[in-house]
Order: sequence, then C-alpha cells, then structure tokens
Amino acid sequence: MSDCHSCSAGSVVVLPVDPVSKTSRHVALIGPPNSGKTTLFNRLTGLRQKVANFPGVTVERHTGVAVLPDGREVPLIDLPGLYSLAPRSEDEQIAYDVLTGQRGDIAKPQAILLVLDSTNLARHLMLAAPVLALGIPTLIILNMADDLRRRGGELDLTALSAQLGAPVALLSARQGEGLDQVFQFLAGAMPKPAPKELPILQDVPKCRQWAGRVGNAARYRAPAPPKWTRRLDAVFLHPVAGPLVFLAVVILVFQTIFNVADPAKDVVDHFIHLTGNWVAAVLPDSLFRSLLLDGVWNGVGSVVVFLPQVLLLFLFIGILEDSGYLARAALIADRTMAKVGLQGKSFIPLLSAYACAVPAIMATRTIENKRDRMATILIAPFMTCSARLPVYTLIIAAFIPNRPVLGSFLGARALVMLGLYVLGFVAAVTTARVLKSSVLKSARAPFLLEMPSYRWPTLQSLGLRLLDRSVVFLRRAGTVILLVMVVLWVMAHVPLVHGHAPTIDNSLAGTLGRTIEPAIKPLGMNWKVGIGLITSLAARETIVATLGSIYGMDPESNQAGLGASLQHDLSFGGAVALLVFFAFAMQCISTIAVVRRETGGWKWPILQFTYMGVLAYIGSFVAFHILG
Amino acid sequence: MAAKKRKKRTETLDSNFRGAHTETMLQLGGNKRELALLAPLVDLARGDAATLEKIDLPNDEARRLMELGFLPGTRITAGLSAPGGDPRVFQVDGSEIALRRETARHLTVRVEKSKRPR
Repeated sequence: MSDCHSCSAGSVVVLPVDPVSKTSRHVALIGPPNSGKTTLFNRLTGLRQKVANFPGVTVERHTGVAVLPDGREVPLIDLPGLYSLAPRSEDEQIAYDVLTGQRGDIAKPQAILLVLDSTNLARHLMLAAPVLALGIPTLIILNMADDLRRRGGELDLTALSAQLGAPVALLSARQGEGLDQVFQFLAGAMPKPAPKELPILQDVPKCRQWAGRVGNAARYRAPAPPKWTRRLDAVFLHPVAGPLVFLAVVILVFQTIFNVADPAKDVVDHFIHLTGNWVAAVLPDSLFRSLLLDGVWNGVGSVVVFLPQVLLLFLFIGILEDSGYLARAALIADRTMAKVGLQGKSFIPLLSAYACAVPAIMATRTIENKRDRMATILIAPFMTCSARLPVYTLIIAAFIPNRPVLGSFLGARALVMLGLYVLGFVAAVTTARVLKSSVLKSARAPFLLEMPSYRWPTLQSLGLRLLDRSVVFLRRAGTVILLVMVVLWVMAHVPLVHGHAPTIDNSLAGTLGRTIEPAIKPLGMNWKVGIGLITSLAARETIVATLGSIYGMDPESNQAGLGASLQHDLSFGGAVALLVFFAFAMQCISTIAVVRRETGGWKWPILQFTYMGVLAYIGSFVAFHILG
Repeated sequence: MAAKKRKKRTETLDSNFRGAHTETMLQLGGNKRELALLAPLVDLARGDAATLEKIDLPNDEARRLMELGFLPGTRITAGLSAPGGDPRVFQVDGSEIALRRETARHLTVRVEKSKRPR
C-alpha cells in the first residue's frame, strides 16, 4: 500500500515504474474477445494501471497492480484477447509468447487468470485445455454470472473444477460480484483440486468435443437466448429502422463533436490565454518570457485545446463499444465501406477524423484486420479535420465574395467550403482503393464479426477509458508539439542582432522561408506564406497565427488587416492553391506522432507524409495554373 | 392431406434454394420421409436452421471459423442482416457471428427444417 497515496490523489494512470518487468512475478489475464477480461482487469486494478506498447509492435500492453486485502501488491498484465493458443495474429503471438516465457522483456507469469464468458461456456472452454496444459497455476474465471442467472443457466462449479483440475470462480466483473475469490486465488489461499491430465488437442473439432463433455459433466445448462438483445436487434438491424438509427447516431456524434466540443474548446483556449497573460504580467519582458509564452505555452496550448474533442469522441466510442452497438454499426456500414475495399469497422474512425485525425487513428484499434486498420490510418488525415477550418475560414473570407449561388440556400463561401470537404473525401476514398488493391491487399481474411449481447456501459469502464486516452493523447502528442514549437521559436529568434531578436525576415525562419520560395512560387505563394507552411507542419491552424504575426510586424500591412494584406500578396489562383494544399497535405505533427505510435515505426508516417505532400503540391500547382 | 402438406413443404424448400446447386436426398425412415438438402450457407433464409456439413476455405480461415463455433455438425440459424442482406448474422453455438456473403458461400449446410419468415 506504500505508494498508493499517490493514486488516491487522483494522479492518473501513470505508475511510477512499470509493474510488470523481466524479473517481476506477475499474473496474466487472458481470455477470448468479449469475455469481459478488460472489465475484470479494471475492477482489480482501478487507477493503478498503465498503458504502453509492446516494443516494436502495435499491440498495447496494459499493466497494473491489484492490492490484496492484506495489503500485498500483485502485478497484473492484461494480454490481448485470443480465441486459441495457435497464434496467427500479432496480438495472439504476443499473448502466446508472454505465456510461454518467450519474450525477452517480460518474465513468464507466475499465475494465469483465464476469463471465460459463462453464458457461452461450451465454446469458451475450448481455450481452457491449451492454457491449463502450460502448467502455470490457473484460475478459471466464469464471468457474467449475473447474465447467466437471469437467463436461467446454471452449472456445478465443484464438478467443473474437478473435471479441469483447476480452481474455478463464478463472478460478475461488471457488478463487482465475487471478486473476493480472485483475491483469494492471488493470495494463494484458494484450495486446489487434484490436478488432472488434460488431452492436448490441436484440432478444433476435438477440442470442442472435449469442451462439450466437460460442460456436460459439470451439468452446464446453457442460458436462454438474450431476450433484450433480440428485441433491440429487431430494431437496430431492421431493414428500415436500422439504417435510420444508424444515421441518427452518426449525426449525433458529428453534431456533438462540432457543437458541444467547440465551446468546450473555446473555454480551454480562453483559459490558456488567461494563464498566459497572467504569466506575461508576472515575468519581466525577456527572451525567456517569449520562449515560455510563444514557444512552450502556446505550443502546448495548441494541443490541449483538442482535448475536449478527444474526450467527447472517446466517450461516444466508449458508450457505443461497451453497449454492443458498435458491432451493429460496423455491420450496417460494412457493405458501403467494402466498395472502397475497407470494412464496417473503419466507419467510426473515419467519421471521427472529421473532428481530428489523432483520436480517429487511435480509434482504429477496434479493427482487428491489420491491413484494413493500416489503410484506415493512412486515409484518415484526408478527412477535413477541425484544424483546417481556421485556415479555410481565413482564406475563404478574404478571397471568395459572399454572394448567393443557389438563392439564399447556398452561398459561394459555403459552396467552396463544401467543395473542400468533398475534395478531402474523394482523396481518401481514391487512396483507399489504390492501397487496398495494391500494397494493403488483404490476404482474403474472412470478415468475422461477433455480435455481443447488449449491456449497459459502466461508469468505471468509461471513466478509465477517457483517462487512459487523455493521458496517451497529452503525453505523446504534447511532447512532440512542445519540441517543435521550441525549435520554431528558436528559429524565429536567431541570429541575434545586437543582443536582440531579429525581425522575422532576417531570422533563420525568414531565411528558410525565402529559401523555399522558389519551390512554392509555382504555386503562387510568397516567402511569408512559406514560413506559414513551415510552421503549420506543427499544426495546420498555426499558419493563421504565423501569418498574423508576420504581417503584424510590418506596420503597413498591420494597418490593412490580415485579410487585406493577403489579398495584396496572393492572387486568387494562389489562394485557391493554398486551400487545396491544406486539403491534401499532412500538416500536423500530432498526427505524424500518433501514426508512428500506432504503426510501430517511422516507415508509414514518412510514406504518408511524402504521399500527401506530393499530392498537395501537384494539386495546388494544377489549381494555381487553371485559375491563375 | 398429409401428403399434400409434405409436398407443399418440399416446394417451400425448393423455392428457398432457387438457383443454388442443391442435392436432394430422400431418406426413408419408417413411415416418415425425411428430406435433407445440401446448400451453401449463404442461401439460408432468415429463421432457417441447418447443420454445417463442411467448410470449403483455406485451413487458416476454416480454423478461425471453427474457433467461433462453425464446426461441422453444429446447428446454424440464419438471423438478421445488414440492409441489403450482406453481411448476415448467424446464430451458432451460443453466439451470434456476422459473415459476409463471400464467406458464407463457402460453407455447405444440410437443411433440417424450414420456417418461413413472417
């Protein structure tokens, strides 16, 4: 209990050290997908958990500490869900390697908690034979006891325990019922039945037969079909009502991300400015203050403002996933997505990408098929994210006259905005088609989607999920953004002229802007816009602030205002070229960082950045020469 | 009367499997004539039940399907589907699994009985 006051103070998911290491005697949680394994893990560890990636791969590694009633701490690791111990996917391979002690970074677990769904015992028991054959002390956990009872299923635990030669616990992780049995097992106080020789079966039908016999011997009576699930599915998968509900959910998610998250974003933004001004008032005017405010504070702030959106999105995805609706949504969207070579599970991540590609790419975790997931990650940044909006708004307001196109229904500005949304969408769909018919062509993996029973999401699980995601978001994207902003700040402040910061055109950033000018001249852009393009590598909307400050430094253009100065410097063709450039280019360091993290290396983010950059260059070149 | 009913049932079954390669087998068991048909799983109409006969897919894919409960000899009931009928949910071994048509085409089932959906 010694370091537990640190977590009672609300200090997030970060443990001081990784509880599971090469030397620690940890306990592994395993089980098939949809067995409630993660719910149990959350119950056992609460806030004392940590998420990281297994080195070199995209599989997440959840570790935590369970505190026994006597105060002892047991390190736990939540392994990826698996159907069998014959590893085929990356997830399964990792779980298998950990269980057999073949991973260099993690010791073989001292014990296993095997989580099975008690309402679907016969099938889930298939996993018990190979796991028990590993020879590691194992507690067989039959989860969802509440469902089993309510639907009239039953079994003889003593008989099952004797059949398997291992202790068995019937519990409900969702309700927190029967957890004392797990603590008892972890404390080593659970009576062990006589060990039993189990058949080692490689072939699935024999394994299922064995599981069936064990179930029969334990007098297992399968529960009645889930009544409410059938009733709800009759609506959610109804030929007419189903798509309508689906559409309503999509609109709700979309609306909330824009209408609810935006004010929240403004509040955070306002708070950052307020604290920034306060710091500015306290500190004397110096280079250090400028670094702290313009570099660190605004840099970190530009990431933090997206937190409300990320949280709301993950709240939605959490509710959809935990309730079981996400599987139905994926089912309904599958046919449409299949037309571009993707699948139903790509739909929600792509929808989320309209808010921000960062949480969207994080949301692709629900796609098990690796190639489909990769394709979704690669096209997500084409969706018109909210960071493009300030850029679009600025340029459109300065260059597109506000005149009606379709009466009062559609104005020219709205039409251009809509066109930019369509442009991004078309680029995404085309890219998906190309990817899925070439490099990421799926090796005919069948599309299999288990439809879990509907369940109420629990507050604990939703809360932990949000906490988890916000920590990942802030830590990963925040550190990279911070670094880039500091580098940019330094570049805008060197070389020093008589001990003072240079004007922007004499700074390193200005020199750089002029150096790249020949490259962007064919796009109708000057070196000032060039600096904006460079700074917007950090985040798209940075160009607005950058142009604001560049033009603000020049008294002449300062008086005219940003819009008018841009009109002076850019032709109409150049403005459209700039819009097209932002529609295509991957100007977002957070996205690059998150793609690197999710794909486990630099290969894909570099490819993606290059591809989108080339497309942006060609696109704006064409736009400038047609319109210019 | 009974014969008429049986005939009607046969017709219903046939109409369920129109266009598919079906193999009709008539088995004589006492007085009852039981009818069994082999058909691809994809042709099963909603509410129909059948027993899985064989999976005609590469080993890896077949194994994944078997782990999810699609084992030869298991009873499968066709359930609801996405709009347009693809993918369709199948109730098998206590769970509900959705398969695309392109996958369900490679699973052969033996039809037990037929219940017309309302």
